[in-house]
Amino acid sequence: MKFLNYFRGETFARGIHPPQHKETATMPIRRLPFAPRLIVHLSQQVGRPARPLVRVGQEVVRGQPIAAAEGFISVPHHAPASGVVEAIRLHPTANGPWGEAIVIRVHPGSTQEVLWEQPQYLPALDADELIEAVQDTGIVGLGGGVFPTHAKLKVPKEWPVDTLVVNGCECEPYLTSDHRIMVEQPADIIAGIGIVRQLLGGPRAIIGIEDNKPDAVEAIRARLPDDGSVSVEAVPTKYPQGAGEMLIKTLAGREVPPDSRSYQIGAYVQNVATLAYMGALMPKGRGFIERVITVVGTAVDRPGNYLVPIGTPLRFLLDYVGARDQSLEVVFGGPMMGQAVGSLDTPVTKGVSGILVFRGRDVAERAARKTYPCIKCGECVECCPMGLNPSTLGMLAAKRQYELMSERYFLGTCFECGSCSYVCPANIPLVQQFRVAKRILREKAAA
Amino acid sequence: MAGLGVVLALLLALANKKLYVYEDPRIGEVEELLPKSNCGACGQAGCRDFAEKVVGGAIIPAQCTVSTPQQRQGIADLLGVAAGTMEKKLARLACGGGHHVAFLRARYAGLATCRAAAVVSGGGKECAWGCLGLGDCASVCTFDAIHMDLHGLPRVDADKCTACNDCVEVCPKGLFSLEPVSHQLWVACKNQADGDTAEAACEVACTACGKCVMDAPPALLKLDGNLVVINYALNVWATRQPIERCPTGAIVWFDKPDTPVKGAAARKILRNDPLPLTH
Repeated sequence: MKFLNYFRGETFARGIHPPQHKETATMPIRRLPFAPRLIVHLSQQVGRPARPLVRVGQEVVRGQPIAAAEGFISVPHHAPASGVVEAIRLHPTANGPWGEAIVIRVHPGSTQEVLWEQPQYLPALDADELIEAVQDTGIVGLGGGVFPTHAKLKVPKEWPVDTLVVNGCECEPYLTSDHRIMVEQPADIIAGIGIVRQLLGGPRAIIGIEDNKPDAVEAIRARLPDDGSVSVEAVPTKYPQGAGEMLIKTLAGREVPPDSRSYQIGAYVQNVATLAYMGALMPKGRGFIERVITVVGTAVDRPGNYLVPIGTPLRFLLDYVGARDQSLEVVFGGPMMGQAVGSLDTPVTKGVSGILVFRGRDVAERAARKTYPCIKCGECVECCPMGLNPSTLGMLAAKRQYELMSERYFLGTCFECGSCSYVCPANIPLVQQFRVAKRILREKAAA
Repeated sequence: MAGLGVVLALLLALANKKLYVYEDPRIGEVEELLPKSNCGACGQAGCRDFAEKVVGGAIIPAQCTVSTPQQRQGIADLLGVAAGTMEKKLARLACGGGHHVAFLRARYAGLATCRAAAVVSGGGKECAWGCLGLGDCASVCTFDAIHMDLHGLPRVDADKCTACNDCVEVCPKGLFSLEPVSHQLWVACKNQADGDTAEAACEVACTACGKCVMDAPPALLKLDGNLVVINYALNVWATRQPIERCPTGAIVWFDKPDTPVKGAAARKILRNDPLPLTH
């Protein structure tokens, strides 16, 4: 009967099948040592930057809040290690403009235990207290969205949520950090789901995991609660299955209309890693100070899934995993949607789920590829999961007709999955053009 | 058929008379005298809008900075008003870091525009505030007034620049601004990092050492966010004096509207070739 799914539409339409390269999927999570200096950016989230709570020269212990949330759409930050605040100064970020950061000189002799926690009994908290408790952990969307999780959890009352979609797809090639979390910490994920269900009024929860991770499906299935409120489903491996809109289509059979939120159709999506950290940290009342990051690529001698303290400088991390080539290409995130990093002084932030490191000579051939004019083959239209026309959008971007792109061709619904750039035989950097167009439109709207 | 044609023609002629809207004929004449580049430098929606406002007396002819003095005088004579004077403004770049003095931390490969490079980790330069050198300003300039020099920095041609604001809007780093030519003292740096970090990124960066502030008349200069800021309200007091002891040559003096002069103590740069990639 499986073949009938083809006609029923088992998954979302279009999409692509890039090589998966999940070589690190079998490697257990290992801890990365503490760098001599950790750099905690005040703005690692969407929204306002946090406000520093510490002075230069002050001693901090691991887990202590060092920056407070500035307003609701903001999160606090916690000391990733015991040490001394060395400076509060501008530091490079992966996005480009430098940002204010707290530099902590780590005590070399410290045992680095978490010395700051406020255990709490979560079922006794009401909705507002629970949202505050989420904010106190400093967790943001760990799939790469970095939107403060507590703000996302504040769903307006008039939109009842009946389905909690838990996103365990990890459809990006190379990345395996979510996979390892699902295999090694299934109990934390179930606990995290419990917290979100408590907040949203007990919707049914479906965990969607791509069918290339059978061990993760098994590990979670063994831990499911008996009341049947949470279920696991293996979904077809296809990029970008892990995009919220796509997974809702696959698991709940609903489509999110343009310019609306998923809760308006009764669905709520949360990434597994975010839920796992919520489940692990919130009962103890701890802050989010480290996360699992997949470090992999042709230039890495010792690839794997590392538990990395937030604020670890890239240079230290690359030294540890053995990437010492003279010319490197470093990407934060996956190869499809990730962000190229321009400086090795950039620290790891909360939204980094993977670090890809390639030798310069491995990518030189691809970088030297010429861009040709669009031959109107329609490959990009065939693969766009949102049903857009990237070819036309690209030609409009070249002519700087940004308003037309958003008004007539729904540029705003593009979530920059990169499928169109991936398939383009003319090597047109479509997604980059869209990013530029979106940024210019945002600037114009703000002016 | 011919009858129908005649009837409709009469109808049209009648409608033309009946629905005629009086418009000052001078608006059209003034528009003819304008350069018709529709650049918007005057602050109006375009040349037609400017002509309407000039005829209405809301603004003076000199506010069209793109036109020549003769054109302005022509408009003034036509309307019987004074042309007035507006100080000439020029687009000026707040960066002196060509690729012979500014270090590269990464090589950028991708769409060859500054806008596109700025979204990829802020471009390849060590200085996150500096000019990317891919020439968005030169390509957007309608008046052919901006050309990239041999160090990859835009050079503004004072005779051709009309202060239309296009380069100011297109620069992703916000380095251009429109400055009156009397603003001869100028800080050609926007690096807000501390002195050592800034100098490690670029040999002509402002290190906020404060020597120029000491040498300048009171309150003309001040240090703010690791940069010197000039208070142009006191511009009449400005002299060449503050630039003389600047160790990097970040603060400059414009002898001619488009040629900056560095102070005597500024580091001498003999290199012309691009700097190699640093790690």
